[in-house]
Amino acid sequence: MKLIVTDREGQVHTLEGREDWSAMEVIRDANLPLAAECGGACACATCHVYVDDEWLAKLPEQQQQEIEMLDFGVAVQENSRLSCQIKMTDELDGLKVTLAPESL
Amino acid sequence: MTTNVAPAGGQHKTDVVIIGAGPIALFAVFELGLLDLKAHLVDILDRAGGQCAELYPEKPIYDIPGIVEVTGQGLTDRLMDQIKPFGPTFHFSQMAESLEKAGDGWRVTTDAGTQIEARVVVIAAGGGSFTPKKPPIPGIEAYENESVFYAVRKMDRFRDKVVVIAGGGDSALDWTLNLQPIAKKLLLVHHRDGFRASPDSVNKMRALVADRKMEFHIASIKALHGANQKLEGLTLSNKERGDYRVDAEMLLPFFGLTMKLGPVANFGIGLHENLIPVDTEKFETSTKSIFAIGDINTYPGKLKLILSGFHEGALMAQQAFRYCRPDEKLRFQYTTSSSSLQKKLGVA
Ligand SMILES: Cc1cc2nc3c(=O)[nH]c(=O)nc-3n(C[C@H](O)[C@H](O)[C@H](O)COP(=O)(O)OP(=O)(O)OC[C@H]3O[C@@H](n4cnc5c(N)ncnc54)[C@H](O)[C@@H]3O)c2cc1C
Ligand code: FES
Repeated sequence: MKLIVTDREGQVHTLEGREDWSAMEVIRDANLPLAAECGGACACATCHVYVDDEWLAKLPEQQQQEIEMLDFGVAVQENSRLSCQIKMTDELDGLKVTLAPESL
Repeated sequence: MTTNVAPAGGQHKTDVVIIGAGPIALFAVFELGLLDLKAHLVDILDRAGGQCAELYPEKPIYDIPGIVEVTGQGLTDRLMDQIKPFGPTFHFSQMAESLEKAGDGWRVTTDAGTQIEARVVVIAAGGGSFTPKKPPIPGIEAYENESVFYAVRKMDRFRDKVVVIAGGGDSALDWTLNLQPIAKKLLLVHHRDGFRASPDSVNKMRALVADRKMEFHIASIKALHGANQKLEGLTLSNKERGDYRVDAEMLLPFFGLTMKLGPVANFGIGLHENLIPVDTEKFETSTKSIFAIGDINTYPGKLKLILSGFHEGALMAQQAFRYCRPDEKLRFQYTTSSSSLQKKLGVA
């Protein structure tokens, strides 16, 4: 399965997703600049991505914990998600996300 | 002996100054203490525990040897208990800003003016210092410390001003309630109509909005307007209204903390990709009598685990002893069988 990531410079990277990994783990494994400070514990909001509009509705619904943690994200938009909370599955093959800007 | 928290601004002399008060720093106090070495610790957080206390206080850890399960806060509490006999001194809510030579040792100065002189420095800065997140709004840095603040030091600064608070956590809500009575006008800006804050504060805020004593905008901040560091207004944006402008003299963004390497980068110690290379015998940096332990260091095979950091602290302490007590002989002892160690621990 593919995960297509646009970095903060606008560069597009097509990454190989792995069943059971989170999108955050796939992105970090490719050494793209994603802080993910809490390592996926949904406790830092530094794995923040924007999800491409066509994929937004196909993602499993956000858990309350993620909605609340996004209160600590910077530059949050309607299509903001925490990538550590997106699990890679066959249904998400081709998922497109963009790395959100970081804290200055 | 007990654990001391020192007021800001003092001058101190000790054997070892530790930068950071995360789990690795705490256990280092224990290993140093067994060798009769005294320690002072500096942390920008207002309490001990580093990542364990800040990022996952309630989450369980399963790989501390001999402890089947303990939470981040639980481990911190146990470490604090364990080091109590050695009477460490903590300097909380202070950033270790500079490190310079002082006699045959070192002087660490904090952003609150505290000076600590010690023969040995241990950098246990972990993933970096926990500092407030800064929203990436173009030009925001030009307004910092004049119109944009990430913490409230003096409330009076906000008296009779048009204050905008951004965020939806407890800090945002608490400061909304605290500043609303003294501000000329107060606006809370958050991206959704929900909060990660105590329901009581949220209810109080909503009551103030209903009484027209403050405004709540579900929006994001797009731009800042003003001149010469003085903020005059903000462009907010949401689905219903698109972009619109509001007046603002003060902006307080509260989006929690993030880990930034911070001043350690300027300490003159060789860094490799923001980590400090050390040897694996003493965990000493390329500068003699400056050590680095825990998440901040790097060496072949390094694992960022609490377990590994504890080991690093034990070996570091042996070499620290040689610097601090050059005329004394280092004696290897077990806590189980040494009555002198047990005396230090207060159990003999
Ligand atoms: C969600 C999560 C789960 C984890 N689970 C485990 C686990 O199960 N097992 C495990 O072994 N590890 C786990 N870890 C990793 C573990 O927490 C870290 O290895 C550990 O916290 C490192 O400790 P430390 O003392 O080196 O640094 P930290 O805990 O990062 O503490 C460093 C402290 O130094 C302070 N500091 C830095 N620079 C300065 C300065 N200039 N002035 C003042 N203060 C400064 C910081 O504010 C911070 O408080 C986990 C981490 C996270 C985020
Ligand atoms: S990695 Fe911290 S919230 Fe996702």
